[in-house]
Amino acid sequence: MLLLAIDTATSAVTVAVHDGDRVLGEHTEVEARRHAEILTPTIERVMDQAGRRPADFTAIAVGVGPGPFTGLRVGVATAVTLGLALDVPAYGVCSLDAIAQSVRESGMTQDFLVATDARRKEVYWARYRSHADRVERVSGLPGVDRPAELPEDLRALPVAGRGPLLYPDSFGQPLEQGDVDAGSLARFALGELAAGRELLPVQPLYLRQPDAQPASAQKSVLAR
Amino acid sequence: MSGPLILGVESSCDETGVAFVRGNELLGDVVASSVDEHARFGGVVPEVASRAHLEALVPTIRRACEETGHKLADVDAIAVTSGPGLAGALMVGVSAAKALSWALDKPLYGVNHLAAHVCADVLDHGPLPEPTVALLVSGGHTNLLLVRDIASDVVELGSTIDDAAGEAFDKVARVLELPYPGGPHIERAAADGDPQAIRFPRGLTARKDLEKHRFDYSFSGLKTAVVRWVQERQVAGEPVPVADVAASFNEAVVDVLTAKAIDACRTHGINDLQIGGGVTANSRLRALAEERCAAAGISLRVPRVRLCTDNGAMVAALGSQLVQRGLPPSSLDLPADSSMPVSEVKAS
Ligand SMILES: Nc1ncnc2c1ncn2[C@@H]1O[C@H](COP(=O)(O)OP(=O)(O)OP(=O)(O)O)[C@@H](O)[C@H]1O
Ligand SMILES: [Mg+2]
Repeated sequence: MLLLAIDTATSAVTVAVHDGDRVLGEHTEVEARRHAEILTPTIERVMDQAGRRPADFTAIAVGVGPGPFTGLRVGVATAVTLGLALDVPAYGVCSLDAIAQSVRESGMTQDFLVATDARRKEVYWARYRSHADRVERVSGLPGVDRPAELPEDLRALPVAGRGPLLYPDSFGQPLEQGDVDAGSLARFALGELAAGRELLPVQPLYLRQPDAQPASAQKSVLAR
Repeated sequence: MSGPLILGVESSCDETGVAFVRGNELLGDVVASSVDEHARFGGVVPEVASRAHLEALVPTIRRACEETGHKLADVDAIAVTSGPGLAGALMVGVSAAKALSWALDKPLYGVNHLAAHVCADVLDHGPLPEPTVALLVSGGHTNLLLVRDIASDVVELGSTIDDAAGEAFDKVARVLELPYPGGPHIERAAADGDPQAIRFPRGLTARKDLEKHRFDYSFSGLKTAVVRWVQERQVAGEPVPVADVAASFNEAVVDVLTAKAIDACRTHGINDLQIGGGVTANSRLRALAEERCAAAGISLRVPRVRLCTDNGAMVAALGSQLVQRGLPPSSLDLPADSSMPVSEVKAS
């Protein structure tokens, strides 16, 4: 088996290749504005380093956010197209779950929060619980809120993601895991699949309606 | 059938297009449009368009394969619109095309959307006569181009200094309470009107403007003139003759479009004019261009309407010209370039 894991839901573009036992290669580039430029070249580089070819893949896992929409779509569009071209299944993973996975792997045993940058003075967030064999999102679908408006008890938890770096006054001690790393995303996806739990459809978790402002609007002048 | 098999991908605005072209022959062309989702906003909403592209992406590629009986693995190269257009929308197509290029190990060509509009007609009428003057009129662009080689030498002679021609149709349609997109509705309303009823201004045709803006266009003054004319009728308590307004507006647009295109041909000693872009669907534009070209001894080429609006076929057609001329592919790290200049036919 060979899993390609990618995520573009944060300011990082991150790619990993996992053979079912271990990560064969991984690369993360923090380049918020150039996701569309660098994702496929990064995949190519990681695969070349791992000595594998596109046709070797058996599955793709992609972070489906939440995250800034434009960058997020780059990863999702790439994953669904690769799935089609290589005729392999593609799975969606909540990007916050991937960050939570790396928090658990660092030895966290208590509940914690993941809060990432949602722009507009808001964060995407979810609460997690570490188990012996996995990390579980216990707050349902991620939320999108102003940090100061989150309940006190949530904000007091240890927090991963860029949220606590952007809003230090609203959160407690930040954990070191800021962006998604695809190795953790791969391990999370494989763990869930092995346990027979379902992953997400490969569609962005938008959580917000589009801003409906057309580029140019002209009003009617006819009287009514 | 001969020539390279090219897959074209288009996502610069509100149409997701995927097509297969072999040489200069169109094999299959599938377009998914989000135009209906934008209608109630009276214009394209970028985020709505981007979401729709991502949803339509895989189904559109699949249908193109089914319709042509080709597998993705059959293609010799992939061409994608890399600009200009809406950044978030472009990124969906560019990301998909890169994934295809890498997965299939086939070269990738990032191409210019405007050059692709001009190139669409090779699918209907064969290789472009070169050099040719090209008039590109769409919802986002209005350009007069000098095309010496569609693959490598496109020079802008002029462009709109404010609204695009299609945008003017859309705005005036709103003024007249006609639905979006306005072009077809204005044209329909104009059918019952008198194009000479109202003498609306022809932008940048005054002598002083011709010095600096001989081949440029301007449509915002025309739009304002329509607004003012309609308001005056209302203040006077008179009914607004929508058909006459539509016909006179339509006439003003196509008059100046064709006059400057013919002038560009004459000035550069070129006897070929190519027209493309969504506004080319306008039958009065086609008729007047034909009439004036015939009078000036210029041969006119206009593709069928389906090839005038955004589609993957024109992108594949341009990709095919690049491949046929042996030009090097674009790099896998090519960006989505929302303001790609028209002189850049292919992204490096
Ligand atoms: N019959 C018609 N008469 C006039 N205008 C028309 C007609 N049919 C369509 N249009 C106009 O054409 C435009 C759409 O064309 P097209 O799809 O080529 O443009 P676009 O993709 O929005 O812009 P661009 O190609 O510049 O990015 C709209 O503005 C529409 O009103
Ligand atoms: Mg167009």
